[in-house]
Amino acid sequence: MTTSSIAKPTIWSRLPLLRELKQSVGWQRGMLVAGLVIIAIFLLTAAFAQGLAPFGYSQLSDENGVFGAQLPPGGRHLLGTTVGGYDVLSRVIWGAQTAVLVIVIAVALSVFAGVILGLVSGYFGGWLDRVLVVVADAVYAFPSLLLAIVMSIVISGGRSGLFTGLMAAAISITVVFIPQYFRVIRSETVRMKSEAFVESAKVIGASNARVMFRHVLRNSTRTLPLILTLNASEAILTLAGLGFLGFGIEPTAAAEWGFDLNKSISDVAAGIWWTSIFPGTAIVLVVLGITLVGESLNDLADPRLRTRHRALASGAGVSDVDELEEDL
Amino acid sequence: MSTLMKGDEALEIDNLVVTFATDGGDVRAVDGVSLSVRKGEVLAIVGESGSGKTVTAKTILGLLPETATTSGMVMIGDDNVIGVSGSRLREIRGTGAAMVFQEPSTALNPVFTVGWQIAEGLRAHGKYTRAQARAKAIDFLTRVGIPDAEHRVDYYPHQFSGGQKQRIVIAMALVLEPEIIVADEPTTALDVTVQAEILDLLRWCRDEFNAAIVLITHNMGVVADLADRVAVMYQGKIVEEAEAVTLFHHPKHEYTKRLLAAVPFIGAGTIKTRERAAERATAASSEALVVAKDLVIEYQGHLGRGSFRAVDGVDFQISAREVLGLVGESGSGKTTIGRAIAGLTKITGGSLSVLGREMLGVRERTFRPLRQDIGFVFQDPATSFNPLLTIAQCVAEPFIVHGHAGDAAAARSRVDELLEAVQLPKSYGDRFPHELSGGQRQRASLARAIALKPKLLIADEPTSALDVSVQARVLELFAEIQREFGFAALFISHDLAVVDLLADRIAVLYKGRLVEEGIGEDILVAPKHPYTQRLLASLPVPDPVLQAKRREELHRLRGLEPAGATG
Repeated sequence: MTTSSIAKPTIWSRLPLLRELKQSVGWQRGMLVAGLVIIAIFLLTAAFAQGLAPFGYSQLSDENGVFGAQLPPGGRHLLGTTVGGYDVLSRVIWGAQTAVLVIVIAVALSVFAGVILGLVSGYFGGWLDRVLVVVADAVYAFPSLLLAIVMSIVISGGRSGLFTGLMAAAISITVVFIPQYFRVIRSETVRMKSEAFVESAKVIGASNARVMFRHVLRNSTRTLPLILTLNASEAILTLAGLGFLGFGIEPTAAAEWGFDLNKSISDVAAGIWWTSIFPGTAIVLVVLGITLVGESLNDLADPRLRTRHRALASGAGVSDVDELEEDL
Repeated sequence: MSTLMKGDEALEIDNLVVTFATDGGDVRAVDGVSLSVRKGEVLAIVGESGSGKTVTAKTILGLLPETATTSGMVMIGDDNVIGVSGSRLREIRGTGAAMVFQEPSTALNPVFTVGWQIAEGLRAHGKYTRAQARAKAIDFLTRVGIPDAEHRVDYYPHQFSGGQKQRIVIAMALVLEPEIIVADEPTTALDVTVQAEILDLLRWCRDEFNAAIVLITHNMGVVADLADRVAVMYQGKIVEEAEAVTLFHHPKHEYTKRLLAAVPFIGAGTIKTRERAAERATAASSEALVVAKDLVIEYQGHLGRGSFRAVDGVDFQISAREVLGLVGESGSGKTTIGRAIAGLTKITGGSLSVLGREMLGVRERTFRPLRQDIGFVFQDPATSFNPLLTIAQCVAEPFIVHGHAGDAAAARSRVDELLEAVQLPKSYGDRFPHELSGGQRQRASLARAIALKPKLLIADEPTSALDVSVQARVLELFAEIQREFGFAALFISHDLAVVDLLADRIAVLYKGRLVEEGIGEDILVAPKHPYTQRLLASLPVPDPVLQAKRREELHRLRGLEPAGATG
């Protein structure tokens, strides 16, 4: 072992995304950077919606009077107005906030439940494991949108405000996603359980809880970032789908891209394109951004999929192969 | 295909350089290697892991991954494998050069019959009808010594034993009659007795097919048994190349000498064992720590299938301060016994008493306090450490678990002492397991096992994953520590020579039964059971002249002609 090859990693290189960014090369780096940029814009928009949006999400008039419905882009309304008389640009910007909320709530709820259940189920096995697997498979069979509709009706009787609409989407997404985390963590746990280092912890005399949380859990969470990103995009789609079907959030409670799309259906036939294109593009971009990051993280985590710079044939700056054991 | 005559040059490598792009920068794995192999000759490339021997072998067939950059020349016939087109490369593979892989169970596709897999190679290189291909497959299976080949050509890989699978892999390599056979550690995954048969088969390939064989191995015994010429690789370079007899009797390079000195051989431990026996006799205390009586361990079968009896009525005993060596081939139940003593596998019959507690039907909760007095060293040091914890944290685990320390930092001074005891620098405690070499990791593993000064240590093939040179150091350390700490030990190994170095008594296990037990001298000099005799005779010694004699002896014991001579 040459000492140079094991320089202590700095704080920066250990931060999750930055480390991957540094590792990446070429095409994979492009994907990752593009995804990160889109997500950054998305998050910043959500955070500073108040300052960025020219009007409020439920604003229909200002000091110059009522906006007017279906105004084409230009003038006071950069992206025009909707059939309800809202400013499209403001609705798109405020919509980012709703989207971030639903992602955070849905992912936070499902990730904890899924990971704990998967860990316990995989580690102990037996009848508990079998029951949980069957339940997880049954939930898999449930379409998330249908579940979301049921939830939305249960929580708010169909029409909903910001909180109830968010919760309906988030809970239905949670229920559908828990099995995914459960399955992934469980299979990793089962694999880890037979690893020698888990057995070596057992022969030391470590308790089950210690083995599970100190040795198994941290080694089983490698694929979590990928599922997290994929589920985040799915969460947005579900919320948009709910809004599109009319179970979304009232325009007076919050801006929501799916709801706006729903209201723009009739506009499309009338040649009014701006009411549907912009919220639609917002959905596509955010989903694309998150998926790009997820996919590149997946590729980078796997040494076999990760691309590297080609080695220099001349071998300039080639580090030596490990020293002999005896030279220690 | 074979147009070359015996003695013609089949392979020529000139100034080969292979560089890999890795996360840690470029690594030059092979650095200016020049070699040549003639027809009817076995060239062995020897070296430890990381010396570049496997990379060299893979270059011959153009099997390197995309991250590799190659320069130099690898000539098979008139083709330079480096830089030849993909389609030409496919033609060369199989007919020009074929490969025998290390692990026969993964080199065969489990969902196709072996006959189909042999025919696959034929179809890739010419027109054969189904019947012709099948006939040829049967022919070659017979020739490599698969009995009843007409029927077994339709068998799937899992229906063959490990040794037979390797024979089939060799048949696949032979069927296109290549100029060169590259055998990458062809016997490493096999038991010693099977290894001897496969080596016979490879020797027969050389003589019968006039093939040029490139043998990649780290086992000097295998080299002595088979090789005509030997090239020793170290850090990507060839440091010495010579005829086998010359190399073994008059090694020139410092590294070669060290490599040869590190090979354990039977009889080396006898003197030490006598000394230790005398020492123990004066100490007088001989309380039995582990007593097994008629021990039976069965693995539950699946539905409709009976259970599998891994250990079948075994009696043995380990006294305080005594090292018992447990020897046997894979599947003999030796690891199962070790795991049972550590409470990892439940026993199903008979009696096993560990530190005074009966293990039949024991509950984990009642056994857990006893774990302080039992240390365990696992076979593969690469996987026996939690990759996310530092070495110091891993070694501190026993202290924390048994309440001797609050956290890793509090145990640090004791961890440092342990690391020193196993001859690792203190600073290594802050490293992560993957930053240590195999030998260093196994030392850290030993440090963890002796952390609480156990009365009993179980070592399950602790050196089988290590290079010979490293193995010698670890074994030495083990003996030293055993003397210093005075624990009793169960030392499990498949290698008689290794056990001989350490064990006071040796027990030989065969198919779950204990066939022979006694002090090392008796077992190794005058084995009584035929299996022990065969085991002993199969062990190749690092001396070509002596090994040739031993081979004769083994053939006499087996009572058959050299394998493969049935065709």
